[in-house]
Amino acid sequence: MERSDRKIGFLSAVPITVILMLSFTAPLLVVLLFSVMPPKVFTLANVPDFSSYGVLISQGYYRSLLWSLGTALAATVLLFLICWPLAFAMAKVFKGFTLFITVAVVITLFVSENIRLFGWVLTLMKGGLIEGHLRAWVGWSFEGALYNVPVIIFGLVYVYFPFMLFPLVQGISMVPDDARQAAADLGATRRQIFWEVDLPLSAPGIVIGSLLTFVLGAGALAESKLLGGQAVIVIADEIETAFTYGQNWPLGSALSIILIFIIGSLAVFGVSRVDLDKIMGRRR
Amino acid sequence: MPPEPILRLEDIVKRFGAFTALHHIDLEIDEGEFLTIVGPSGCGKTTLIRLLVGIDEPTEGRIWLRDKRIEKVPANLRPTCMVFQSLALFPHRSVGENIEFPLKIRGETASRRKERALELLDLLHLPHDFYDKRINQCSGGERQRIALARALAFDPEILFFDEPLSALDFRLRKKLEKELKDLHERTGKTFVYITHSLEEAMVMSDRIAIMRQGRFEQIAVTDEIYARPITRFVAEFMGEVNLFDVERTASGGLLGRGVEIHINGTGETMDLTLAQGTRGALMVRPESVRFLGPGQTADFIVRGILRAYYALGSRTQYKVESSEGIELAVEKLRQDRFTGNVGDEVVLGFDVENTHMIRER
Repeated sequence: MERSDRKIGFLSAVPITVILMLSFTAPLLVVLLFSVMPPKVFTLANVPDFSSYGVLISQGYYRSLLWSLGTALAATVLLFLICWPLAFAMAKVFKGFTLFITVAVVITLFVSENIRLFGWVLTLMKGGLIEGHLRAWVGWSFEGALYNVPVIIFGLVYVYFPFMLFPLVQGISMVPDDARQAAADLGATRRQIFWEVDLPLSAPGIVIGSLLTFVLGAGALAESKLLGGQAVIVIADEIETAFTYGQNWPLGSALSIILIFIIGSLAVFGVSRVDLDKIMGRRR
Repeated sequence: MPPEPILRLEDIVKRFGAFTALHHIDLEIDEGEFLTIVGPSGCGKTTLIRLLVGIDEPTEGRIWLRDKRIEKVPANLRPTCMVFQSLALFPHRSVGENIEFPLKIRGETASRRKERALELLDLLHLPHDFYDKRINQCSGGERQRIALARALAFDPEILFFDEPLSALDFRLRKKLEKELKDLHERTGKTFVYITHSLEEAMVMSDRIAIMRQGRFEQIAVTDEIYARPITRFVAEFMGEVNLFDVERTASGGLLGRGVEIHINGTGETMDLTLAQGTRGALMVRPESVRFLGPGQTADFIVRGILRAYYALGSRTQYKVESSEGIELAVEKLRQDRFTGNVGDEVVLGFDVENTHMIRER
């Protein structure tokens, strides 16, 4: 009986496995193969060489990579600091209001990221919502807040807010109230409760939220293009350029593979350290 | 000289919105005693202990720890501590780290902390190799002891317990009840325990406070609560009991419903006083009722039919329905058990010295 169950389970998993292999693994494989082709070729029928990887150093692509990782890291840290108090309140303090915030945050996801970022462009640009009003009302004029690194980070924080908030809420709601009360009862101050109880017990949520925002932030493109006006070039931008204007697929592939490798190892490291069963609410 | 109260509650009121959980409660807890607060669920005992520990603040009233007002002092600044119903052990810490937690908070050195943790493992009969175990490797009874060790590491002036044994199986609970009483004697600390289980209260406590609907019904030493309850609620809460409605007639005699009264005089000298024209309940515990054979007599006699019997191991319990339709419980030790059959007519008797009058207020 159990054996036939297992067989049925295997058979029913076959179609989705095949689809995933074709749609997910195959393109990655193509990218991997292109990354070891000589520059500016459009077929895989060439003698492999690793020259595209060398360009990372010689032509300064590593700077774009560092900008991407740096802005993503800054956004992740800021998001954690911003989201923790709100997530704590949503998990432990607010009751019906939590649902309201959840719905409000989720609704913003219904509008495309680019449209929302354009909204910020119109708000922050010279002659936009803020500068224009200030100039008209109090005659104070300035250059607008766009086209610099902080506004890129702001864009990342804005766009990836839900991806930090909701895992944190999940994580914090896993901290039992009586563990916090017991810590207080045993003499712990609020700060000590935070370090000794809240932080370690909500670690799965923190890791998931940080991974999501960092991974998405490192591959983000629209923020630096729309808000940053390419004040800095991020790696995703370089990859896009390599595949389009540059007509250099092997270069684009090599950059992609490097990004995938860095983010992939971070993700594997992070996920291996958290108990996913626990965050899904299945206690062992 | 009576022992000083270590904790004193004056006129404590706790409201949650329109609901009043505690109605003007007064209580004195003596230094070094084992006091158990017993009541059915929803009687306010958990609310009360949360005020005592400092997790909540009372709406009105004062709490004194010796000569210090503490009702507004938060839990982390009070020299008391509690063993939670859920135990509230820290799952991400080892057994040793759990026990050391209050010492770590106080900033004691790692070597001093470990020394103390091992002492406490000894005190609670846990082997030293538990020090490095994880909490989820420990059984229910072991966790119980770890929680207790952690609370003792805090070295509280008063140790509170919020039904920590309720989740354990019967045998383990019985064992730990005795251990807890033993621990109380060895540490000499003041223990305040809350539970809904009367048996638990009886086994461990010096004094019992019975709580009902946010008020204390009776606070007294264990035996007095059992033998001389002051209300029907307490009598019925403290185990099986037989109650007969009685009143003092105008002529001065006692008149009972369902019971023949054969006592001389008015019972004044025998704790059965009842003011003229008032009502009361005559109480007798099942173990004080005997089956009367032909020719035997007693101060109080009830006639009825044996309806059922239940073997309780060392004792046997009988259900007898009296001719008035009142159901009575009788308990005999196994070696003294009654050898009648269900459906037999029986005569039950009990004497003045085993009865108690609950006066209606």
